[in-house]
Amino acid sequence: MKFLSEYRDPELVKEYIQELHRITTKNWTLMEICGGQTHSLVKNGILDMLPEKITMVHGPGCPVCVTSVSVIDEAVWLAEQPNHILCSFGDMLRVPGSKKSLLEAKAAGADVRILYSPLEAVELAKQNPTKEVIFFAVGFETTAPANALSVVHAAQQSILNYSILASHVLVPPAMEAILSDEANIIDAFLAAGHVCTIMGLEEYYPVAAKYKIPIVVTGFEPVDLLQGILMAVNQLEKEEYKVENQYSRAVLREGNKMAKDTIQKVFSISDRIWRGIGSIPQSGFEVNERYKLYNARLKFHIDIPFAEENKECISGDIMKGLKKPKQCPNFGSKCKPEHPLGAPMVSSEGACAAYYHYSSDAIAQ
Amino acid sequence: MPKFDFDVITLGHGSGGLLTHRLLQSGVFDILKNDLLDQQHDGASFSLEGKTAFSTDSYVISPIFFPGGNIGELAIYGTVNDLAMCGAEAKYLSLAFIIEEGMTMESFWIVLNGIKRAIDKAGVKIVTGDTKVVERGKGDHIFINTSGIGIIHPKANIHHNRIEVGDQIIISGNIAQHGIAIMSKREGLEFETDIVSDSNNLNHTIIALIEELGEDIKFLRDPTRGGLASVLNELAEIRKLGFVIDQNSIPIDDQVEGACEMLGLDPLYVANEGLFVAIVKKEVATKVLELLQKDENGVNARIIGEVTDTHVGKVMMKSRIGGHRVVGYLTGEQLPRIC
Repeated sequence: MKFLSEYRDPELVKEYIQELHRITTKNWTLMEICGGQTHSLVKNGILDMLPEKITMVHGPGCPVCVTSVSVIDEAVWLAEQPNHILCSFGDMLRVPGSKKSLLEAKAAGADVRILYSPLEAVELAKQNPTKEVIFFAVGFETTAPANALSVVHAAQQSILNYSILASHVLVPPAMEAILSDEANIIDAFLAAGHVCTIMGLEEYYPVAAKYKIPIVVTGFEPVDLLQGILMAVNQLEKEEYKVENQYSRAVLREGNKMAKDTIQKVFSISDRIWRGIGSIPQSGFEVNERYKLYNARLKFHIDIPFAEENKECISGDIMKGLKKPKQCPNFGSKCKPEHPLGAPMVSSEGACAAYYHYSSDAIAQ
Repeated sequence: MPKFDFDVITLGHGSGGLLTHRLLQSGVFDILKNDLLDQQHDGASFSLEGKTAFSTDSYVISPIFFPGGNIGELAIYGTVNDLAMCGAEAKYLSLAFIIEEGMTMESFWIVLNGIKRAIDKAGVKIVTGDTKVVERGKGDHIFINTSGIGIIHPKANIHHNRIEVGDQIIISGNIAQHGIAIMSKREGLEFETDIVSDSNNLNHTIIALIEELGEDIKFLRDPTRGGLASVLNELAEIRKLGFVIDQNSIPIDDQVEGACEMLGLDPLYVANEGLFVAIVKKEVATKVLELLQKDENGVNARIIGEVTDTHVGKVMMKSRIGGHRVVGYLTGEQLPRIC
């Protein structure tokens, strides 16, 4: 991946760090939205290199982390029905539901498959006409186009044994939920580069204006992140609040029109329960009326009680940036990746897992 | 491939009866031929001189054919290399097959030839073996177990107890080749790449190192499952010392790194098959590197770090951009990520 090396250049990193030290005069708290950004910050040791006045808190942008226990339970139930094949992205498998994870369901005999693309699931449905193939469609706006496209493909080919369990979540409503919380401490956002590749910048302008907060769309490599932080701090120091695009090599102001059209064709916006945060109005995608035959929730009568979150997990406070993982009394003791109390410790992009795996500070706790 | 009067392996080929006899006589014995195996007894009889090492491993890889090799070669090299990590030159191996009913003779023949290539290259003999066949659905084409005996080199003194502060950590080549080569062919994940497994025998390389530098080679380990990070974590924990590595000096092929990025895997945890980590006395580190870089198994060898008395029990990595992070144990299996 030669094209990435310039974004990992130690000399450039040094220059950005120096510039940050030079311009920062006040204490600022920045939130990076995306779990991929969190991991890059921790994995590359960037947090220790920042000026002391800058605090990074880690946002809700890990789809695995915010998928509610009830939705995991739905997926497990679907997987356990005879003649069902449940397909999922890999890192959903370990997330605990109220009774078990998909990995445990698989070990007990359920047909659960890890795929990289929902289009493979459509293919699987075609090859197994006597079985029901269900794709567990989780993710932010990033994964929505491919999941929507799988439904369009299935419909075009009249494949009727395919459906999706949609659990899509949307970034802007989550940002608003965080900002309107009384305890909010966030001064600026680094918005998630990949999400904006699809959606563009438009929906962020009203948020920046309403809450008077800088929003910098940022990439994932060390130089991207430092540049994003620098742009945000620059705005804060000048008392500005604009939407800026650090990740312009991938993000256009209007986003990806074709991807957005596909999303609109298949999904409608719905309320969604976020693990640890609760219900956020108009914060998710659900399969729309036109494609209801492909909505696993309508197709199968999923008969399970509503599951409560584990009260011991403070993931809500962590995803709102109110607490750091190591401020949780269970971090590293009762809650570890091998026996997680909540999703941020499970997912490869969860903030707790990032601290647990990479941060020397956290390990010493 | 010789002509067999059957195309697929059936339960009968593991019965110990006529079919087993035919399978062995028509191919296996011929291809693995040596004086000890030719005794065709229940076990092999031989004498050994010197301190010996003994090791065993089972091979259940899927898919059984992969870029750069097959399960047959892997089963030989794996055990030969485990012995090499004890400072031993492998001599005699046992070979046991558990075959799933329905495996084609053609596939079996390819595996057998892989074994033949590997034993010739490593210079070892298969002296005893076993063949079982299980019902369809109860295996995954073929499982292989090999055990091996080797003679420890008189100058070898390999033990983790010998690791001290200041010792240098050397890796013999590019990491994560094998795991990514396998991943690129696994069902549901297939992607186009030229990445081949690093599966190879390390015995000649190791013996040459020990011959030259003896006790200054303090510890050897092949980072197979769990990769480089797991080996270093185990050592840091057992020895209660700190291990510091530098990301910039860890050799990795661009394509392998790209595939890891794409799949969301950390190459430090990805499996290797023809690779080893050596912990050596500081004074000989450059010499080790010099010797290794002339060897087929060490062209890309690098010093990647050193043993310290700070952050005891942990592996710390200096990141490419100069930050620091802990490299911990892997929890469960690395699963591909969402986005």
